[in-house]
Amino acid sequence: MLKTDVAIVGAGPAGLSAAIKAASFGADVIILERDKWLGGQLVKQTHSFFGSKNEYAGIRGIDIANIFADELEKMENVQIMLETPALGYYEDNILTAYSPQGKMLKIKPNTLIFATGAMEKMIPFENNDLPGIYGAGAVQTLMNVYGVVPGENVLMIGAGNIGLIVSYQLVQAGVDVAAIVEALPEIGGYWVHASKVRRMGIPILTNHSIIKALGKEQVQGAVVAQIDEKWQPVKETAREFQVDTICLSVGLSPLIELLWQSGCHIVYSKELGGYVPILNEDLETTVPGIYVAGDASGIEEATSAIIEGHLTGCAAAKKVGYEVPKEEFIKARKGLESLRAGPVSQHIRKGLSLIRR
Amino acid sequence: MRIKDHPILSSQPARTVTFTFEGRTLEGQEGEPIAAALHNAGIKVLRHSPRLNRPRGFFCAIGNCSSCLMVVNGRPNVRVCVTPLSQGMKIEYQEGKGNLDVED
Ligand SMILES: Cc1cc2nc3c(=O)[nH]c(=O)nc-3n(C[C@H](O)[C@H](O)[C@H](O)COP(=O)(O)OP(=O)(O)OC[C@H]3O[C@@H](n4cnc5c(N)ncnc54)[C@H](O)[C@@H]3O)c2cc1C
Repeated sequence: MLKTDVAIVGAGPAGLSAAIKAASFGADVIILERDKWLGGQLVKQTHSFFGSKNEYAGIRGIDIANIFADELEKMENVQIMLETPALGYYEDNILTAYSPQGKMLKIKPNTLIFATGAMEKMIPFENNDLPGIYGAGAVQTLMNVYGVVPGENVLMIGAGNIGLIVSYQLVQAGVDVAAIVEALPEIGGYWVHASKVRRMGIPILTNHSIIKALGKEQVQGAVVAQIDEKWQPVKETAREFQVDTICLSVGLSPLIELLWQSGCHIVYSKELGGYVPILNEDLETTVPGIYVAGDASGIEEATSAIIEGHLTGCAAAKKVGYEVPKEEFIKARKGLESLRAGPVSQHIRKGLSLIRR
Repeated sequence: MRIKDHPILSSQPARTVTFTFEGRTLEGQEGEPIAAALHNAGIKVLRHSPRLNRPRGFFCAIGNCSSCLMVVNGRPNVRVCVTPLSQGMKIEYQEGKGNLDVED
């Protein structure tokens, strides 16, 4: 059995920054990551990041992941276990994981930080299970990590930042994007990204939704129609797109199964993307010693995931008895506050106000 | 189809390996997920759903959704979106929920 001061599940920006912080105060850290690489969502992001300058905005996501990895490499008290998914956390404070050799591992951590990120949402429409329909994250993984394109022409569903960015990335990879369909009356993503795809000639159809996918064994097209305020299709507005790929970018929801299983109190928050843990100001759950950082605590962005990582890293190190200056906590909390101050973060503020204890 | 020229990403050359899919010999790159290699060969249907027999393909790419379970080297329920390809692998469609070859 392995023992450690801090165990971290997930090596995205939240988990990595938590590891760096906790280790910098002397804590022993074990990071468990189910993928073969560090970085989480960052490794798929070929665009320059938005967010705050202190948290690497302006740098491409893939390069931010490398900065973290280099920093961690220098730290002797951090052990990184790749291809090792965490499986459960039990009453006797044992975290189980599955090693790449196919063995069950037991780890006894003094504190635990879950930074498991998020998963993609699905929407209902006829034939939504046909091959050729992908989550936007899957398209990115296939294309930006493995260099394989999903198809020849794509219909993108959702005009949030992810839908816009992935559309742009598809065109960069030589794939045609027929249109971006958005159910809301407005484009959800930032204007920089929207203008970029518009300049490429991709139409963005607001107040529209996908009605059904066409095809028997795989996607051969899609029917799109205008929708009214009640999200019902408007008569005689249906039109067909000849595409072999439909990419869904309709939001993410936090990956909280392990928190649920660990006995943490979970509530539903529309604003934060789904079921989320109740947290205190140190991002500690209702189970003492279990912390949550990043998208797993509510869907936001890399900048907030990094600062939340710092905060939980400090809190976990302090909990196990290492000295952590008060200023560190103040700095992280201030950072989050100023990040969430703007009008685009209104829903985040509302969501958080409901789940903080 | 593989991306040849990309303005930002540079592809690292990997070793080409051969594997079989339903008896057909195909090529892929060592270490890429089996599903990526199948995709590159134009194979999009990865299984049929056990109850309604609906075709299913690559969906989440992170081993979460169970849309891509196949039989790999005789073992059923392998998530091919996260299982790396290696030389000589035998990939097959799975019947329903899959059967383990256990002696009784
Ligand atoms: C297309 C796209 C564009 C984006 N652009 C921007 C941008 O420009 N600026 C910005 O600030 N943000 C951006 N984001 C958002 C940002 O990438 C995420 O908010 C951020 O990555 C969240 O970090 P995280 O560490 O919480 O989760 P993730 O990065 O998702 O990392 C979670 C990690 O946990 C691992 N994991 C999960 N479960 C387990 C388990 N049981 N055992 C072991 N490991 C596990 C996963 O494999 C993963 O590596 C973008 C996101 C997308 C999809």
